[in-house]
Amino acid sequence: MPQPPEPSSTIVMHADAMAEVVHRLAQEIVGGNPDVEKVVLLGILRRGRPLADRLAAHIKEMTGISLPVGSLATTLYRDDLRAGMGHAQIGLAGTYFDFPIDDMTIVLVDDVLAAGRTIRAAMDEVMDYGRPARIQLACLIDRGGRELPIQPDYLGWTVAAGPREYVSVRLVELDGEDAVLLIPHPYKFGSGEASP
Amino acid sequence: MMTPVRTWNRKDLIGIEELSRPEIELILDTAPQFVAVSARESGIKKVPLLQGRLVVNWFYEPSTRTRTSFELAAKRLSADTLSIAASASSSVKGESLHDTLANIEAMHSDIIVLRHYYAGAPHMLAKRHASHIINAGDGRHEHPTQALLDAYTMLDHVRTLRGDRHATLDGLRVALIGDVAHSRVARSNIWCLTKLGARVVLCGPRTLMPPEIGRMGVDVSYNLHEAIHDADVIYALRIQLERQQSCLFPSLREYIKLFRIDRESLKVAPPHALIMHPGPINRDVELAAEVADSSRSVVLQQVTNGVAVRMAVMHLLANQPGRRTAPAATEERAP
Repeated sequence: MPQPPEPSSTIVMHADAMAEVVHRLAQEIVGGNPDVEKVVLLGILRRGRPLADRLAAHIKEMTGISLPVGSLATTLYRDDLRAGMGHAQIGLAGTYFDFPIDDMTIVLVDDVLAAGRTIRAAMDEVMDYGRPARIQLACLIDRGGRELPIQPDYLGWTVAAGPREYVSVRLVELDGEDAVLLIPHPYKFGSGEASP
Repeated sequence: MMTPVRTWNRKDLIGIEELSRPEIELILDTAPQFVAVSARESGIKKVPLLQGRLVVNWFYEPSTRTRTSFELAAKRLSADTLSIAASASSSVKGESLHDTLANIEAMHSDIIVLRHYYAGAPHMLAKRHASHIINAGDGRHEHPTQALLDAYTMLDHVRTLRGDRHATLDGLRVALIGDVAHSRVARSNIWCLTKLGARVVLCGPRTLMPPEIGRMGVDVSYNLHEAIHDADVIYALRIQLERQQSCLFPSLREYIKLFRIDRESLKVAPPHALIMHPGPINRDVELAAEVADSSRSVVLQQVTNGVAVRMAVMHLLANQPGRRTAPAATEERAP
């Protein structure tokens, strides 16, 4: 359900810029994987999934190859849930992919990279499903604030966000528009589905 | 779409009677991802949500299905599990429930799954002890996880049928057939289904109907055809054959003739009606074999869903925010 952006937010990326960035990320994924037919894309729910679909569409255009795309929920592997600090809910939408990942190159796709804890959870989850040849990471925005030694292989933009600012990626598929906003509020935990 | 913010904040699961509709819905909506964990075709059928926690199965009555289901649920959440059978425990030496539980807790248990022949035993223990207590059936009182897995099975069916994963049980017609009076499964199901908006009709011999029907918000019929002619779900309860000795119904033959669900009686039911049973089935008593094994029967799906629903319950109880003293979180942690 599209919700209007916060009034005091700043737009840091417009739709045109986002389209360019996604196109460039697709080019870099192709460039980084000479054996591109061995690549599978796993979008981290929720906004990583539409981004993964867009990347797959671009890669199809460039190479003629349709890469398999799946969804990763990561919620069942989150460290904050496990420790009893959990605020994220285990939503209805779960991990789903119907292709084997053994010996494949998995590109994890997420909208915002921050602490890196979601990516840690995603890697653990993937490993429970099989043994990929390698795992790479593509992110639209790196907002900084890393708590784990995790870096993206393919990065859209870096946004210098302070600890009291929240980076909100809005996508046509889910929010009715393409934009990245900087919202001057501390991120509120527990505001719905796990949306790191 | 954002899901409404709902949090679980009960220490224990004792009965359905005290739960609100949103609490029941939270459990049911937490279960689907756990169904997927057990159904993984390749890879590890396990998630680390209860890693390092201790789940103790403590059963004072015989049970295969429920005990196995809880044990598997705990294992699929990566918990350590321990089973205590009452016949082998110190209770036979006269130790009280409180003392036994205090000893289990001295070994740092996190979740206690208790089945006991006295109604109220889990409630009594939950008040005095810190462990999360899950009632796995107490006397004739309640069997909450059975009702939850039954509701989940109905919900899953309705959602698949309508292609709407937010569909509810509002208006669903459920016929509960058989020995309602002695059945904790029936009691929990009645609470659960009526809270979820389903319409419940009870059917069976008069002597097997509970005295408190009037305040349960359900209809009663003593005629099987009348009860099932418009049912979306036909739920046969287990006839406890030992009841016959207490003369609550004249003969098994008469019960079978009047209340057994078979091909003949199903002729009056809608063709889409689901057949359910909590198990173990007395074949050809409550359910004819041809019905129990038919494509309309979802008794094995109930068993499959039971593991996932119990995983959801254990996760909600043991992983709720603020319940455990977790290491201090960094303020303003980036999302």
